[in-house]
Amino acid sequence: MITDRVVAGPINQPVFMGLLQFTSKGIYCKQADVYIDPWKSVEKALITHGHSDHARHGHKQYLCHQHSRSILKLRLGKNINIQTVKYGESVSINGVDISFHPAGHIIGSAQIRLEYKGCVWVVSGDYKIEDDGLSGAYTPIKCQYFITECTFGLPVYKWIPQQEVFDDINNWWQQNNKEGKTTVLIGYSLGKAQRLIQGLDTSIGPILTHGAVENINQALRDDGIKLNDTVSVTPDFDKKKFANAIVVAPPSAAGTNWLKKFHPYSIGIASGWMGLRGPRRRRTVDRGFVLSDHADWPGLNQAVQASGAEYVIATHGYTNAFARWLNEKGVQASVENTLFEGELPEIKEGSNSGSTNDKTEN
Amino acid sequence: MQRFTRLFNELDQTTKTNQKVQALVDYFEEAAEEDKIWTIALLSGKRPGRSVGASFLRVWAAEVGNIPDWLFEESYHVVGDLAETISLVFPQAEKKMNRSLTYWINFLKNLRELDEDTKKERVTGAWLQMAPYERFVFNKLITGGFRVGVSQKLMVRALSKHTGIDENKLAHKLMGNWQPEAINFKQFFFSSNPEEDLSRPYPFYLAYALEGDAEALGDVNDWQVERKWDGIRGQVIARGKKVYVWSRGEELITEKFPEFHGLADKLPDGTVLDGEILAFKEGKPLSFNHLQTRIGRKNISRKVLENAPAVLMVYDLLENQGKDIRDRPLSERRKMLEEVVKKTGCEEVLKTSQIVKSQSWEELGRERQLSRKYYSEGLMLKKTDSTYKVGRKKGDWWKWKVDPMTIDAVMIYAMRGHGRRANLYTDYTFAVWDGDQLVPFAKAYSGLTDQEIIAVDAFVKKNTIERFGPVRSVKPELVFEIAFEGINKSSRHKSGVALRFPRMHRWRKDKPASEANNLEDLFALLKQYGG
Ligand SMILES: [Zn+2]
Ligand SMILES: [Zn+2]
Repeated sequence: MITDRVVAGPINQPVFMGLLQFTSKGIYCKQADVYIDPWKSVEKALITHGHSDHARHGHKQYLCHQHSRSILKLRLGKNINIQTVKYGESVSINGVDISFHPAGHIIGSAQIRLEYKGCVWVVSGDYKIEDDGLSGAYTPIKCQYFITECTFGLPVYKWIPQQEVFDDINNWWQQNNKEGKTTVLIGYSLGKAQRLIQGLDTSIGPILTHGAVENINQALRDDGIKLNDTVSVTPDFDKKKFANAIVVAPPSAAGTNWLKKFHPYSIGIASGWMGLRGPRRRRTVDRGFVLSDHADWPGLNQAVQASGAEYVIATHGYTNAFARWLNEKGVQASVENTLFEGELPEIKEGSNSGSTNDKTEN
Repeated sequence: MQRFTRLFNELDQTTKTNQKVQALVDYFEEAAEEDKIWTIALLSGKRPGRSVGASFLRVWAAEVGNIPDWLFEESYHVVGDLAETISLVFPQAEKKMNRSLTYWINFLKNLRELDEDTKKERVTGAWLQMAPYERFVFNKLITGGFRVGVSQKLMVRALSKHTGIDENKLAHKLMGNWQPEAINFKQFFFSSNPEEDLSRPYPFYLAYALEGDAEALGDVNDWQVERKWDGIRGQVIARGKKVYVWSRGEELITEKFPEFHGLADKLPDGTVLDGEILAFKEGKPLSFNHLQTRIGRKNISRKVLENAPAVLMVYDLLENQGKDIRDRPLSERRKMLEEVVKKTGCEEVLKTSQIVKSQSWEELGRERQLSRKYYSEGLMLKKTDSTYKVGRKKGDWWKWKVDPMTIDAVMIYAMRGHGRRANLYTDYTFAVWDGDQLVPFAKAYSGLTDQEIIAVDAFVKKNTIERFGPVRSVKPELVFEIAFEGINKSSRHKSGVALRFPRMHRWRKDKPASEANNLEDLFALLKQYGG
């Protein structure tokens, strides 16, 4: 049993000299003196998207896609110094051409392309291939060096088309209505929640939201994004007025008193981890739906191939396996450790689902 | 097989007993008769014999899925289940077909005689007709191991709702040697005169462990107390001039125990004894390891017979003179039992489990602490007026085990769990000190709460020294109290000892690694209790 060895990192390759490096603060471009998604305070940060493991506090300047503006302000404070660009728009810093391109991960998410003297790097951030109709369709960008996530970098992760998942969710919602139960659907407040809201069949009933989700919705609507109508659940909320409702809430709401007002309810979660039986059984909710905002195994391979990259660096997820796989396919690849987290297991094991627990078998 | 797959999924996805039973009842209402029989068989642990080895399946799946070996291995460690891994790495279905459960079982049976290439062609062809989850269930049919968290008890409950037949009656019908391919649902369950099966055992009555105070059980004189022996629980059946030996796992093990064959002439026709099969020599039981040499082997050599002669430590009489006497009180059954055993004159192989007499619970408590001296695991408490029930029931029978042996040990390796816990480090290796070295001596994966597992998992991830595939060596810092039921010499283990049922008893957050036990402490236990 020997750990998979990957080839020596790109730092050792002369052709990389200068453009991007992995430092203790994050991915660094010395030539332009900018960091990409840094995890420690820096002067200039390029931000791929608004998730908290990529967009952190404390940088002097932020550069991101225009649809990330309100989200960053909401999460990091109104007074941050922020500049935005459109997809494909190019900014030049000390000879480095920098541009943002759709990553399909969440609204405002981008791959960041850096070019200097004919050498092109792309930092993927997080991405998915399937177009969710909200986040902009993932566009492959040609490059020599591709820094990729690989949260789901094993061949056991293969997503089914989202329409099938939404059909399942909508059927479940209808079934709950028949049984007189409220439907509670759990997903990250930024990204997954909006994708769910857009995939729901609004002829079945009204969509209610947890405050954390509604805050994000509001920020996005301020940026001109159109979302299905939602009703925020406030403390004086009266359940009786909303028959047949579905509630969209973040993982932190599962197992809390907040859910009690919806009793009786059936609770489900949408996550890529639900693709495996173990996590599906371990979850403490009634239903698990396989829906992820990250690329699956075929997606990762497709992205690498379409980028035409000669060298691939895997950052978070099953990095060792994916890098070794690419090396064996003839694409040079290595692993760099970052503080990016990928898709977190959304509900902790053992947390209470809140639904009625009758006797369990021993 | 889509209906069966749905049932499997429903059973798999809930821990609620009522929902499981309901899912089964719904299935029985909807499924075809022959599929029902197979479902009952599968959930009773009967399998359609193995037609393809799991290692072939894995090679074929990797080959067609274009996955190198190491990547399959890596995936397997994350998924935690071979059948599931195969079902997932294989390419998507070309055209989904819905064939019945029985169709696929016959399909598998017909594979058995074929050569490897043809098997491969057929199995991969079958995979290509199935969605991943159906494929997973199909693979489970091939590899066995249908663990869906449904006990036979639950299945019988559902079947009882479906057929209207009493649960105990059903449970008895389902014991023993019936062949799913040879029976018909209606005939099997509804015919008034079912084919007599001489070998059919009774469902075992099992006791729960006593937690809390024995005093709470009331008057000590209302209880029959015996030692709890550590062997194989079994039934010896004498009917029609033949002897049958069954294990609690409902396996017919007559062939493994020639010692009992002579009982065919000695026991009266229509006798069923419940007891513990023990390896026994010079008036005392040998360790369970000795007994294992009897089970693991195809042919029982003279040498094995000499080294580990078997006896039946008889607990109970279930059938007397062809009559089911399970509803008679224990005190009566015991009297009849003593008579029956005495009349055989076979004290060499039939030993009546002795009654431990005492005046008070306190006295019994002391007796319990002496259990290891008698090579037993503790005491059995049985109400003298108890009937012989079906399955694990609370109230009339209790096992009152001796406290386990314990050792404080340091965790040095961690491995990812399987199945439900595949993303967490849940399986640990423990070591004791030998001078300034840590010597591994036990692996354990159970005994912690979910919260503790999450905490240990976080520790492992933060304190990894080296990674070896799914295993990590970790900083020797965490101390756990390891409890176990037995200790034996072992040349196969680095430490020189092998433990029986090691598990984590307590996380000793109060102890630094330096205060864990050492190898000498283990050897002292070995000297005292080892066999
Ligand atoms: Zn993200
Ligand atoms: Zn990420």
